[in-house]
Amino acid sequence: VENVRLLDRSSGQRKANVGTLYLSATHTIFIENNPETRKETWVLHSMVCSVERPPATPSGSQLILRCKDFRVFQVLIPQERACLDVHASLVRLSRPEKYSELYCLSFNPNVNKEEREESWNFIDLQADYKRMGVPNNLWVSTVANSEYRVCDTYPAELFVPKSATPAVIVGSSRFRSRGRFPALSYFHQDTLAAVCRCSQPLSGFSGRCQEDEMMLQAVMKSNPGSDFIYVVDTRPKLNAMANKAAGKGYENEDHYNNIKLHFIGIENIHVMRSSQQKIIDVGEMRAPTMTDFLWGLENSGWLKHIKAVLDAGVFIAKAVADEGVSVLVHCSDGWDRTAQACSVASILLDPFYRTIQGFMVLIERDWVSFGHKFSHRYAHLDGDPREVSPVIDQFLECVWQLSEQFPCAFEFNERFLIAVHTHVYSCQYGTFLGNCEKERRDMRLRERSHSVWPQLWKDRSQFSNPLYKAELSQSQGILRPNTTPYCFKMWKGLYNHVEKSTPPRQSPADFLSAVREESHRLEEELTNHQEVPAGGTAHHSKQEDRGSHRETNHVGEDGGSEEEK
Amino acid sequence: MEFSDHIKTANVEDVVLRQPLHPPSRGTLCITGHHLLFSEREEGSSQQVLLLLRNIDAIEKRMSGSSGTITIKCKDLRVLQLDIPGMEQCLNISRSIETLSCLDNVSEMYPFFYRPTDLSLQDQWGLSTPEKHYTQMKELHERWRLSSVNKSYSVCPSYPPAVIVPNCIDDETLKKVAKFRQGGRFPVLCYYHRKNGMVIMRSSQPLTGANRKRCKEDELLLQAVIEDSDKGFIIDTRSSQQVQQARMTGGGFESKSFYNCWKRLHRQMERGKALQESLIKLVEACSDESHNVDRWLSKLENSKWLSHVQTALSTAGLLAECVERDGHSALVHGYEGTDCSLLICTLAQLIMDPFCRTLEGFLALLEREWVQ
Repeated sequence: VENVRLLDRSSGQRKANVGTLYLSATHTIFIENNPETRKETWVLHSMVCSVERPPATPSGSQLILRCKDFRVFQVLIPQERACLDVHASLVRLSRPEKYSELYCLSFNPNVNKEEREESWNFIDLQADYKRMGVPNNLWVSTVANSEYRVCDTYPAELFVPKSATPAVIVGSSRFRSRGRFPALSYFHQDTLAAVCRCSQPLSGFSGRCQEDEMMLQAVMKSNPGSDFIYVVDTRPKLNAMANKAAGKGYENEDHYNNIKLHFIGIENIHVMRSSQQKIIDVGEMRAPTMTDFLWGLENSGWLKHIKAVLDAGVFIAKAVADEGVSVLVHCSDGWDRTAQACSVASILLDPFYRTIQGFMVLIERDWVSFGHKFSHRYAHLDGDPREVSPVIDQFLECVWQLSEQFPCAFEFNERFLIAVHTHVYSCQYGTFLGNCEKERRDMRLRERSHSVWPQLWKDRSQFSNPLYKAELSQSQGILRPNTTPYCFKMWKGLYNHVEKSTPPRQSPADFLSAVREESHRLEEELTNHQEVPAGGTAHHSKQEDRGSHRETNHVGEDGGSEEEK
Repeated sequence: MEFSDHIKTANVEDVVLRQPLHPPSRGTLCITGHHLLFSEREEGSSQQVLLLLRNIDAIEKRMSGSSGTITIKCKDLRVLQLDIPGMEQCLNISRSIETLSCLDNVSEMYPFFYRPTDLSLQDQWGLSTPEKHYTQMKELHERWRLSSVNKSYSVCPSYPPAVIVPNCIDDETLKKVAKFRQGGRFPVLCYYHRKNGMVIMRSSQPLTGANRKRCKEDELLLQAVIEDSDKGFIIDTRSSQQVQQARMTGGGFESKSFYNCWKRLHRQMERGKALQESLIKLVEACSDESHNVDRWLSKLENSKWLSHVQTALSTAGLLAECVERDGHSALVHGYEGTDCSLLICTLAQLIMDPFCRTLEGFLALLEREWVQ
């Protein structure tokens, strides 16, 4: 459609640009008429959350595109007929019904089969378990689930306590919601305590299961330093109790010897979904007063939930590192709040997960391999809206809040977290497609799509935190965050891109990176000049420098342009 | 008066110090004429707390059995708790603190006793004065002069001895203007914007009163400020309503009829008791132990502290826009011209002048604007 006006509302753009709007199978593309810039704005259909059609004005018909990364585009189309067509197309295109419609299955960056296979092996979970010191004489690998027969949402490769026999595993899985029996998430070598995860027991009011009790006993025995374990139920106690009436519930301390039950009280996915909508609204407020803003923040309850998730991680980390007591974490199905609590705990406990590669490993382990329902939660397909919830959003935000408290402790910067967030929703890569490992295997994703991690790794210079130094004391050991309410901030970088005035804000981290680059370049030049042999010509390495800073993919970056190569 | 008169117990052993976010420590407490010193007893530990008694805002004491606890709330918002064995010792210490932390006589305060070894009293005093500022800013000399009409502080008791005024305004005129401004604080230059030659002036409110008194000299002075330009802005830190009411008590504003080249902009800013209440509420919100995010946000909003900060910054921004972006001079005042006016002028200078953002520039700014 020609003669269209596009306004990127979320970037504070005031004046709309005129250009031509194109609809492809995978993108909406807007190209400015201005012959000098011909600026392109690309929006993936899978990133579109909603398309609204406000009433027509004398200047034309409008469409408002809201994206899953909280960007908002306003489109003005002169002819009503064209507008209706575009609207209908976008609505259909942004609500794919089958996986085969998704971009990641047609996305083809120029790599061959071997490279694609390699890209899927870039993150090696088994290597990370080894790094943790597992398997050992306390924890062993089990083949019980190698064909996903015991639990179809769990990974094929799992670690369990040494004393847990296959019979115990199978028996325990029958007593757990969705068959998600207790398995190892993280092993803390210093204290020999472990973080384990599962789902709620199918105990009802008085049900018991010998194998499940033996399983928890085995978990305890796998920690010679302690004679009990914590069982952390991340649901509010009232909800957990209500589950009893449905034949599920939580562990009875009388039946399970040596457990101490602890409720954390993170709300469910429906509460979180509505809370996030409210904070998105806060982020979109134009020129709010301080009262509007603070009231909006309070009303959303969003920071309260973030704090709850962080508090869960803190409890687990303290138990494991300070008390040397193992923790078994669950919620209802063990794939939302459990994933959040376990991965936050890992971030606090182990500096490796605060590196770029470590973070990728963590997400692969506690989220991807352990069966978090990505496609349902992040609306990859047009499905049940009640399944949609910002679960991983909250985890990413907890990490961001931690990075604000500990600016030197993370190898990556905010941009990295936002990039991961965007890719969870974008379906440009196959990494987050589907709801569990078995589903991905059945879809043959490895052969039909690409993994996102190698691409992010390639771009890591943009995602590096210049304040990070692995040797610094702040980077090592356990993080002990302050979770007093006033320590939590609104994540402007995600919810409020609006830059009302030019020039843009200064980022000290960006300045530091630029200074470092310049120093590095000058040092190189100096070295090169010093290496000049007597009578020879100076060797200029400028060509190489320019090559290594080549721009690569920028999906979802501020600035409006999304180009895939 | 001897300080030792107020100190019945100077040293106490075995005192426990508690501070938020620190583990409790045991050590020796000392009281001197100006300080409280706590020294941790542990070997190898060098934890010391040296507190200036004037920094203490309030103390509470609680006796229980044979010992007592003194809670000290400092003006820098620190809170310390001391467990002191022995009821008599505890009472003596708390009495000493109460008296010595609010001595009336200025010359008994610590600065008169402070003798660092590496500084001499003959050394240079202060970083900046209007004289220094004027001398350093060569661009000012063309249209502005340094007047010492106030050299004995008789024209304006709260101004420094030298002030910067337009060249064409003589000292006699200034004396008349001072009589027309509250507290004698006639308009003086506080900032010269190199980029376009525009200035920021500050003053107190004109004493027009209910009868709409005029002062020719005041109008002349302000006209001289905007000589080369077509208009100037007056940023009044009071609402239009407050400004009308001010007339009833002898104050007022610069009306359009007499100051027709000056455009008034009103930005109401909170001061005095209301601002203090706001800070108290904020501190209270921060020390809430309930760990409840909703409570925190609600208390934060209720304190209105951030709203006041936002108003101050946006008003300073407005002032900076008038001078830098719109290219006009500005006059800032409220009632007395000693609180919000100084705040706005300082912030605007930080916004516009990179030198004010250096270490030296910042200290000089504070000295010139607030101290002098």
